[in-house]
Amino acid sequence: MSTFSPRKLLLAVAAPVLALVVAFLVTSAILLLLGDPVVEVWQTILSWPKPRQLVQIVNGATVYYLSAVAVAVGFRMNLFNIGVDGQYRVAVFAGAAFAGQAWFPGPLNVLLTIVVAMVAGGLWASIAAYLKVRRGISEVISTIMLNAIATGVVQWLLLKVAVKQQGSNSISTKPIPESSQLDGLGLIPGATNKVYTLILLAVLVGALYWFVINKTRFGFDLRATGRSESAAVASGVKVPRMVVTTMIASGALAGLIGMPLLFGQDHSYGTTFQAGLGFAGIGIALLGRNHPLGIAAAALLWSFLDVQSNALQIRAGVASEVVFIIQGVILFAVVIAYELIRRADVRLEQQRVARELAATRSDAPTPEGATA
Amino acid sequence: MVGRDVLRPGPTNHPPGLLSGPGRGVVAITAAPARPDGTSDAHPAVQLEGITKRFPGVVANKDIGFSVARGTVHAIVGENGAGKSTLMKILYGVQRPDEGSISIGGRVVDLHSPADAIAAGIGMVFQHFQLADNFTVLENVVLGAEKLHGIGDAARREITRISDEYGLDVDPDALVDDLGVGARQRIEILKVLYRGAKIIILDEPTAVLVPQEVDELFDNLRELKSEGLTVLFISHKLDEVLSVADSITVIRRGTTVDTVDPSSVNARQLAELMVGAELPTPQTEESTVTDRVVLRIEDIVLAGAGAGRNVLDGISLTIHAGEVLGIAGVEGNGQAELVEVIMGMREPTSGLVFLGDTDISDWRTREIREAGVAYIPEDRQRHALLLEAPLWENRILGHQTEEPNVRGFIINAAGAKADTERIVKEYDVRTPSINVKAGSLSGGNQQKLIVGREMSHQPKVLVAAHPTRGVDVGAQSSIWDIIRQARRDGLAVLLISADLEELIGLSDTIEVILRGRLTGTFDPDTVTAEDLGAAMTGAAANPEETR
Repeated sequence: MSTFSPRKLLLAVAAPVLALVVAFLVTSAILLLLGDPVVEVWQTILSWPKPRQLVQIVNGATVYYLSAVAVAVGFRMNLFNIGVDGQYRVAVFAGAAFAGQAWFPGPLNVLLTIVVAMVAGGLWASIAAYLKVRRGISEVISTIMLNAIATGVVQWLLLKVAVKQQGSNSISTKPIPESSQLDGLGLIPGATNKVYTLILLAVLVGALYWFVINKTRFGFDLRATGRSESAAVASGVKVPRMVVTTMIASGALAGLIGMPLLFGQDHSYGTTFQAGLGFAGIGIALLGRNHPLGIAAAALLWSFLDVQSNALQIRAGVASEVVFIIQGVILFAVVIAYELIRRADVRLEQQRVARELAATRSDAPTPEGATA
Repeated sequence: MVGRDVLRPGPTNHPPGLLSGPGRGVVAITAAPARPDGTSDAHPAVQLEGITKRFPGVVANKDIGFSVARGTVHAIVGENGAGKSTLMKILYGVQRPDEGSISIGGRVVDLHSPADAIAAGIGMVFQHFQLADNFTVLENVVLGAEKLHGIGDAARREITRISDEYGLDVDPDALVDDLGVGARQRIEILKVLYRGAKIIILDEPTAVLVPQEVDELFDNLRELKSEGLTVLFISHKLDEVLSVADSITVIRRGTTVDTVDPSSVNARQLAELMVGAELPTPQTEESTVTDRVVLRIEDIVLAGAGAGRNVLDGISLTIHAGEVLGIAGVEGNGQAELVEVIMGMREPTSGLVFLGDTDISDWRTREIREAGVAYIPEDRQRHALLLEAPLWENRILGHQTEEPNVRGFIINAAGAKADTERIVKEYDVRTPSINVKAGSLSGGNQQKLIVGREMSHQPKVLVAAHPTRGVDVGAQSSIWDIIRQARRDGLAVLLISADLEELIGLSDTIEVILRGRLTGTFDPDTVTAEDLGAAMTGAAANPEETR
């Protein structure tokens, strides 16, 4: 009965597969109902992507991955940081404004910008942490409100520092110097575009996340708090301190979300910068069960659906927004499936333990008395 | 099972013919007395046959069978953990039996949910009241039963009618927040009557009442039975049971031992039936108390919420090496808070705690545990375990900073696993593996794991709150052995328990706690459970408590 028994693996994979099947059926039903061409839609979505699209998928997944890890850190201790969206906006704005000044040469500018973004994201998240620990305000409520505030604050600040882009109505921060722009990695043959260099950052973050959560004392305390706050308190965990630390860590990670986009694509923060990444992270973390590899798979799937949906309008005559339905149904189904499978797992193990104990003690008298 | 076949009125005694058909007026062949007015129904109100319920690693109920006559108060007695609560949950449809049948009024019923039980005329009054404080009595009663008489005047009339009929003295428009415990209990009874219950189960109803309220409750119960209702009364307080019940079923280790007539037994005989002759008794050997003070608590005060009285009011204690100090008290008199103050989980309003000569009053829980205070919490599932984590992670819990669980800031999984194997072996934790979730083990085995873990870090002090609550008899005696061994090894043990036998058997000194104050010191060699009981309820003449 090792930790990696086939039964556990099967249970872990069963839920997402089930969710995908349900999403397939539900979406098909909706398409049928609206008289849309079901077959063409699936043909478009499920066709093998071209090299250029593969790069887009990997790039999209990189950003999603960082977002989902930021959310997952909180999830592991039952802390619902809904504010990743606001935190990453504040952070990427701060980072872009800093990088645009070009106070430091090339790579050092990149490194320090990342630090600035993490600090900004962490600070923004610390507001919610303070409110929760000192004032007992649910982090769900405060982070949602802080998202709205972040949008306003960033827009207002953007107007102050913005430079007008040539030939466009949009405004942005001062572009980062060319020496600090990251060209990308030619990982996929045959593609004209390149994979974000900062995919390396995502890999590093994933490895660190796994190590800290599973292997360190801090991670144990964090998981213990998530599983049972009362038991964690009795075991000596200072829960308020854990809340503050975890919230700030989550915000700092949220600060990384915009970095691949900033250095690898946009080179400035402006009104056209990609939005909604923080909310996608919540779903991807759920789908990936907060597991570093699970999140990677979920992020790739999300990005795959995003990219494949672009051609829907042209090839199937269906609005690409249909992909939101698919993503939404997957999430619904997976949350339900995980809970069902968790309960089944608990029940099965209890029965198995009882059975194995009964077998090893068939010569001993039956234990009697009651459970608590 | 001694005496079981001899005395138990087996349901199999009924001629099959009598069990079929809805005939009335035929004298029931049960051991329970007939109704006071001389009549009786053909069928017992409740009849259980061969009820068996298994939980992982433990049989909570095994072949339980008894019958309850209509219009009687039938008591179910048994020790903590004997399986009474499981049985009542089965009767109320919360849990389903693995084997056996339940008949209500002669008809076999299959109860899948409390709704089924209510439909079958069974109502339950839980030990912990389920009332909304900010609602009136009327609102609480109609909540969830709005379809019966609406929520307005019709409901109010019905409540008043029931209240008058059974002498419950309930004002439908009073706010529950303003009512005392006794009145709240009467509302709970009214709630089940309102829903049409003919059979009322009361789970430890006197646990929360003061003696006068107990008398009032018993008057109410007599009223109910004179109106033809049947009451199932669960308790482990034998004197009360003897005074109110018409028939008593004794449960021990999950099975029915006997059903007796209260006029034919005394409390002592009943206690013997309940405990069984073969049960080990907690008995310490010669004193090992030294003069070295290990834990000292000075004048701890913990203010209550708002302007209420202090939860802890000037508690001072001294425990020496090799001494077991027992704290006796009715639950909710400050024991839990005292433990939390000692463990650093709660900040006292004033007062000091010393470990040896060191003032640890300002230390946090982790530092206190690292300094050698072992802790067996009262509620193991909430405070001592991560139910969904494997056993070896639970072995780390509470000792996250200590060998062999960590190396620096890194969790040493291999070390923790090896040590968990050792604990499982040494403390006889019955489990197929250390990788199963803690929630999969039975209560007794969970507790042995906790005790083993806490004893594995060379503790100086053991704070044990209800260490044998809800564990099977085997685990109970091994936990007692461990506490005795700890005492021999020179630990200072603070033992909090509701089991007076346990307290008397294990302690070197017993202190009684009442309303947050220590109100008496007793020598376990000379004190009786009755003395302690009187002191715990404040019935003993105590000059301090007269005001």
